Amino acid sequence: MNDATLERFHYDNKIVKFFGAATIIWGLVGMLVGLIAAIQLFWPEANMGNPYTTFGRIRPLHTNAVIFAFVGNAIFAGVYYSMPRLLKTPMWNTALSWFHFWGWQLIILSAALTLPLGITTSKEYAELEWPIDIAIALVWVAFGANMIGTLIKRRERHMYVAIWFYLGSFVTVAILHIFNSLELPVSFFKSYSAYAGVQDALVQWWYGHNAVAFFLTTPFLGLMYYFLPKAANRPVYSYKLSIVHFWSLIFIYMWAGPHHLLYTALPEWAQVLGTIFSVMLIAPSWGGMVNGLLTLRGAWDKVRQEPVLKFMVVAVTAYGMATFEGPMLSLKNVNAIAHYTDWIVGHVHIGGLGWNGFLTFGMLYWMWPRLFKTSIYSTKLANTHFWLGTLGIIFYALPLYVSGLTQFLMLKEFNEAGRLAYPNFLETVIQIVPMYMLRAVGGALYLTGAIIMAYNMWMTAKQGSFQATEEDQAPALARAYNPSGEFWHRAWERKPVFFTILATIAVAIGGVVEIIPTILVKSNVPTISSVKPYTPLELEGRDLYIANGCVGCHSQMIRPFRSETERYGEYSKAGEFVYDRPFLWGSKRTGPDLHRIGGKYPDSWHYHHMVDPTSMSPGSLMPSYPWMTTNELDITDLPAKIRTLQKLGVPYPQGFDAQANADYEAQAAKVVSNLKDAGVEVAPNTEIVALIAYLQRLGTDIKKTSASTN
Amino acid sequence: MYKEILRSIENIEVYPIISLLIFVTFFVGMFIWVVRVPKTYVDHMESLPMDENESTSLKP
Repeated sequence: MNDATLERFHYDNKIVKFFGAATIIWGLVGMLVGLIAAIQLFWPEANMGNPYTTFGRIRPLHTNAVIFAFVGNAIFAGVYYSMPRLLKTPMWNTALSWFHFWGWQLIILSAALTLPLGITTSKEYAELEWPIDIAIALVWVAFGANMIGTLIKRRERHMYVAIWFYLGSFVTVAILHIFNSLELPVSFFKSYSAYAGVQDALVQWWYGHNAVAFFLTTPFLGLMYYFLPKAANRPVYSYKLSIVHFWSLIFIYMWAGPHHLLYTALPEWAQVLGTIFSVMLIAPSWGGMVNGLLTLRGAWDKVRQEPVLKFMVVAVTAYGMATFEGPMLSLKNVNAIAHYTDWIVGHVHIGGLGWNGFLTFGMLYWMWPRLFKTSIYSTKLANTHFWLGTLGIIFYALPLYVSGLTQFLMLKEFNEAGRLAYPNFLETVIQIVPMYMLRAVGGALYLTGAIIMAYNMWMTAKQGSFQATEEDQAPALARAYNPSGEFWHRAWERKPVFFTILATIAVAIGGVVEIIPTILVKSNVPTISSVKPYTPLELEGRDLYIANGCVGCHSQMIRPFRSETERYGEYSKAGEFVYDRPFLWGSKRTGPDLHRIGGKYPDSWHYHHMVDPTSMSPGSLMPSYPWMTTNELDITDLPAKIRTLQKLGVPYPQGFDAQANADYEAQAAKVVSNLKDAGVEVAPNTEIVALIAYLQRLGTDIKKTSASTN
Repeated sequence: MYKEILRSIENIEVYPIISLLIFVTFFVGMFIWVVRVPKTYVDHMESLPMDENESTSLKP
């Protein structure tokens, strides 16, 4: 190297500090909301008696807060710390860095406001409404532009593997976000999905699966490849393995999405393909895990003393557990057990609490003292945090595995007479209530640990002095560089833009294979002639169902199992969902499936059940919704909703938007008179009337003409 | 439910074969490269996260 051309430059630590602080603060908020939600599952009154803090609305608040605020800010803190140091240059544009920081925090803040208010698209991990979606796209592009700019200005010719993971994550999340967020606005706070029914479900789970892959996994693998060698003070076990790890992971991940749709009538080869790719994922995932753990070879004595390494070892182990469990869950027979139960919730928390949480904590404990030029305030407190967190994970996950299996066995049990042994879904829920309590204990332990960390970080910052910039020097890259004999991969990853395009192609192939059938689906779903668009009243009721997050506990997808058709009725058909924007199949049954609830009970049953669920179902854990009987529904945007749906292809007659309000009132009057006959007085413009109309409509279309169902 | 949709795509059976070929070619190529990559390069890459003075230089 030519020392004469050494250039001096500064790393910006301030942005790292801000993102780090944001991850701590939002982490505590997200975990607290999660704990409140967990408590509501066995004590519904913990919803504090209002719609804003009721389970259906705070569950998405919790998932969004921990995924995008806690984990998201941790990714950015790690990237803004490691990337400049790996490339020997400051981040390209400081203004862009700060636009990224404040933009992201504003997005989080708007999520924290809109979700409790019931402004949601209800698509999992993509609940935010369209104006926020646009803001996310802008901020994300700023982040990517900043990374690419930094790469172009770099002083290190080759990109370390961590940076590949950052780039791969950036391009994939961008693709996923844009395609899943396509929606047509009705107003500033309301939109309808561009996709309907089956098509919407396919796009959503293509997104959902890969959001886990490229937001919660690949960026964190990048962080692992940087911070674990740093903390262990030795290079990664096998750099060659990390190359294989990267390419196989991004190639395979995109294909595995169909495992979320097993037992819908996906053609056999597609289901098998999804399952095979899921099983194949074990190889790169475990390759990465082994690479991480073996990096500590000869340093295990340090693991006993160093809290940073303790956190990282548990994180990598949790990654290994979750990535073994994932492929197992995508086997059809295991999926049949676990889908819709608490097993899935346990599975994701091994990943969330163990992998993402603990790697974030390890990274923070390593980074924070360095930013403040001091040592950690208290190693003892850090160790306490470690043990509380580890116990928290165990107390969280194990009860949910027990709960998932228990409920599965009870739901599937038939007695000698060939009838369901537990025909009432509620019996199976009451059985698992103690598990819900234990899980809340686990969550509380984990949160307590995180609070201790926040205190420890605060004190560390206080005893040190913050170093806003850090100086470094490196020679500039020679402009003419054309070595002979450097081919293939080594040449590619010298060229960041080309490398990014290559990585995009790798993920896009898998995406295209899943998306092509989706695009064609519209004209090909077997139409059922008796399935008609929702009436204006039902549409408003459905939007209420969405706003209140009912989909968080109730599925609308009956699988073709005897235990399900006996319990709920005829299994669900693709053609029944052609007017569902968005689809509301759900992913978890804390309550029973509702797809065939229509006509099962009289209107008055629903009225009393919504006011006080225990009056109709003693022991029910569903929250009460008494405000629905008095809250008046604002239907001024009803004509706009009808027009939007017409634009999306829903066959309402021409000029129906003008008649919509009259149609609404006529149907509402019928529900009111039904309720009156049962001795219930209610105003026709209340929320409950619309909701009852929607629930009574659910799944009834195919009953009208059973002959034409296929 | 998707059977009809996928059936309607012409020559659908060729897609899995194409994907298989892409995969196999890419991964075989990558493995060959990984095996043949010079040790100096790997050493340099491995040392990148380490502190500046510890990183080995890579002579062009």
